[in-house]
Amino acid sequence: MQEAFSKIVQMFEIAFITGDRWKLYLNGLGVTLQVSFFAAVLGLLIGSTLALMKLSAGKNGRRSIWDYIASVYLDIIRGTPAVLQLLIMYFIILSSVRNGILIAIISFGINSGAYVAEIVRAGILAVDKGQTEAGRSLGLSKAQTMLYIVIPQAVKNVLPPMGNEFIVLLKETAIVGYVGLSDLTRIANQISSRTYEPFMPLIGAAVIYFIIIKMLTVLLGKLERRMRVSDNR
Amino acid sequence: MITVKNLYKSFNEEIHVLKGIDYHVEQGEKIVIVGPSGSGKSTFLRCLNLLERPSKGEIWFDGDEITAPKANVNHIREHMGMVFQHFNLFSNLTIINNIMLAPIKLKVMSKAEAYENAMKLLQRVGLAEKKDAYPSQLSGGQKQRIAIVRSLAMNPRVMLFDEPTSALDPEMVGEVLEVMKDLAVSGMTMIVVTHEMGFAREVGTKVLFMDEGLIVEENTPTEFFTNPQSDRLKEFLSKVL
Repeated sequence: MQEAFSKIVQMFEIAFITGDRWKLYLNGLGVTLQVSFFAAVLGLLIGSTLALMKLSAGKNGRRSIWDYIASVYLDIIRGTPAVLQLLIMYFIILSSVRNGILIAIISFGINSGAYVAEIVRAGILAVDKGQTEAGRSLGLSKAQTMLYIVIPQAVKNVLPPMGNEFIVLLKETAIVGYVGLSDLTRIANQISSRTYEPFMPLIGAAVIYFIIIKMLTVLLGKLERRMRVSDNR
Repeated sequence: MITVKNLYKSFNEEIHVLKGIDYHVEQGEKIVIVGPSGSGKSTFLRCLNLLERPSKGEIWFDGDEITAPKANVNHIREHMGMVFQHFNLFSNLTIINNIMLAPIKLKVMSKAEAYENAMKLLQRVGLAEKKDAYPSQLSGGQKQRIAIVRSLAMNPRVMLFDEPTSALDPEMVGEVLEVMKDLAVSGMTMIVVTHEMGFAREVGTKVLFMDEGLIVEENTPTEFFTNPQSDRLKEFLSKVL
């Protein structure tokens, strides 16, 4: 018993304390959060734009050119693996850019944008058509109706799936090691291969991801509850 | 005030809903449109403020052709209030903000003016104490009364009603009709699509009977109900009265 306990302490020491290794995890977490956060922001911008493009009406009931462009974007991004997109960005399209973090942000932002687009589009379509008609019948323009009536209601609709997308994104950044970035996953992997003790680094990294995502979930839950005020009966 | 010339509306070039409507509405008239479902009466009403684009024909409003390609649709709609069957109150806004939104955003009134005007309107329909409630907290009848004053807040020259009491529980129909009667007495020009024959008889200056995309018959309420001319109207009245 005593022996097993001291073994665990030793493993913990090797994994986190020796040579201030905990700082490496912290740096790794920093990379993970940085890439995730800015990619999420970029994805939200791209996704919202794509959603509006997909919803734009063409002439005589036909699809608009914007709708068409957005659909091609979605097909390409959703039809290829994120790892490949990242590698293509890093080694081909942005090969002259030296900043790996920036490339990762752009790559994940573009990727996430495709999924966010469908979330936003569904959220807007879920708002009752009568709301738009009422706005327009009062003389409000299309844009004003969108801005003051439809979008505030759509935000409420999209919150749960959007939270889901952020969570997926955060975990998906674990592949940035492919292009040489030292995120949390890569650090854990490196330390486990350097120390020949994989248990603590890998489980430790998993626990850190878990805690971050749990905090995100709680935060989103709070936000959602606050936005439900107008639904109280 | 409103002139409709040879109005056609079809959907997807297949379903022909309106098949040539000509009509003229004078200032202050209360036109009540009745007819079986699918007769095109709602579509006709929705064409008047261009929520539906007519396929063919002209609509003139106060001397302007609103069906002209370059007509400013948003501006025209500011002067035509519309009340819907399903109320369509903005569910993300409180009652007072529902009423104040359009006047403020369209710069018709200052915030203070819009508030004062909204409160006056709320008092008129006896719902002033609900000003900070959200639509989901109101009954159907209350929602529809708010929807009416929301339109009135823009000081429209004509009010369009699209089956305003059809989605209400029976005991709430009265309170909404009461508000509409008051509005009629105040001189508002009104065009009302409804199944409330009592309202048509009492308030209407003219009653129209629509069937299969055409105005089949038009008369004063008394004549309309006591002396129907066409067989189709006779049949319709025998079913609803």
